[in-house]
Amino acid sequence: MVQGTLSVESMLDKMASELKTLLIHRQIEDPIIIGIRTGGIWIAERLHTALALDNAIGTLDISFYRDDFSQIGLHPKVQASQIPCVTEGRDIVLVDDVIMSGRTIRAALNELFDYGRPASVTLVTLLDLQRRQLPIQADIYGGTLSLAANQQVKLTGPDPLTLEISQKD
Amino acid sequence: MFDIKDPNSIQLNSAGQLKHFITTEGLSRELLTEILETADSFVDMNAQQVKKVPLLRGKTVVNLFFESSTRTLSTFELAAKRLSADVLNLNISTSSTSKGETLKDTLQTLEAMHSDMFVVRHSDSGAAHFIAEHVTPNVAVINAGDGRHAHPTQAMLDMLTIRRHKGDFSPLIVAIVGDILHSRVARSQIHALRILGAAEIRVIAPTTLLPRNIEALGVKVFTHMQTGLKDADVVIMLRLQKERMQSALLPSESEFYKLFGLTNEKLQHAKPDAVVMHPGPINRGVEIESAVADGPQSLILDQVTNGIAVRMAVMSMSMSGQMAEKNMKAEA
Repeated sequence: MVQGTLSVESMLDKMASELKTLLIHRQIEDPIIIGIRTGGIWIAERLHTALALDNAIGTLDISFYRDDFSQIGLHPKVQASQIPCVTEGRDIVLVDDVIMSGRTIRAALNELFDYGRPASVTLVTLLDLQRRQLPIQADIYGGTLSLAANQQVKLTGPDPLTLEISQKD
Repeated sequence: MFDIKDPNSIQLNSAGQLKHFITTEGLSRELLTEILETADSFVDMNAQQVKKVPLLRGKTVVNLFFESSTRTLSTFELAAKRLSADVLNLNISTSSTSKGETLKDTLQTLEAMHSDMFVVRHSDSGAAHFIAEHVTPNVAVINAGDGRHAHPTQAMLDMLTIRRHKGDFSPLIVAIVGDILHSRVARSQIHALRILGAAEIRVIAPTTLLPRNIEALGVKVFTHMQTGLKDADVVIMLRLQKERMQSALLPSESEFYKLFGLTNEKLQHAKPDAVVMHPGPINRGVEIESAVADGPQSLILDQVTNGIAVRMAVMSMSMSGQMAEKNMKAEA
């Protein structure tokens, strides 16, 4: 059951506008935007353009920080994370395409803190799938989606960005 | 000497994933490529400011060295630490008489400490395989060099170094030069190069330093350096293993250097963009001229850097293969 809309463009407009307001409210003037590979980077790029930010986008590959290494092993093609500047004491906007259990964000926060102690982290996701297993919430999200147990959602991109709901194998 | 059986029956789990790393022999191209790709990720990570990931957090790695080593031990130690494992380094000198029993006793003692991985170096061929056969389930064994048999992580770090500089293996002529007879590195390299599809593998050495029937491994044999180096893309020099030479196999070091030492002059016979490698420690003026070792074509220090990444890759992959097997057994 879909709440809100699945139009990625209108969700992005809403997120950009809410993020702008939130950053002003939090008195954050010069944030560093960091996307989680792969979908999160696409969303981060769009928000980066919409907010006309100066700092280069950072990318995180959280494969080495996952908590299910003992269950599913190592993903062979892990790309390096790239954080363009010192994050110590800076305000971070962390971006992913989807938040579900919260485990990816937990891993991303752990990795982020290995680069230094940020002043703040604001979490932005395109979709909230509302099946949280950890006490982690997005500050801003484009829409919420309740999937049946046998369904999954996938963001394809980067141009155009589309969301597809499909049956799991 | 230990009996070496089919290595893959012991080093792969039922899903075909690595669970021990004993030899490159008999592994698939897909698996060797997976090791190289995983290692590539770690090369990038090792260049970052924080050189540590939590993959092996809470695991205990024991470096069990029955034979002395500086760079292999230190790169294995760093690799384990950068994966967040706890590391114990044990240098155990061997007495040649009571190995079998002593080894089992040592193992049982270390297993009682709940170790998760043994990195083993031993002067006897087959030692790592023996340990992998007798170790408790879910403990991974990595071969860090056994006698004249194999040194698979050295071979894979050489493959990573070649791949990062040359890309594809299929057009490459690779020449391995020097003490082939005593070299476990050469054997592991030859297997890996064949599996990865190198166009031509050559060995260049005096007849006294060539094992009998080396051609059976699929290499071309040369006893004349300049001829063997012609058009080579990669030149791998080996260390003269004087400690393993039990009889007079060489007239003198200076004679060896004159005929087989890699000088800039001899290197001219290889391709102009040929790269030069050496597993170290190098004997300057015996196997290689300083001008070549320190020259623009030398990748000797890249090999050391890549060694840490390859060791991180096989350690995390073997641990992951062990855990996958444990889960599969629990489900069955």
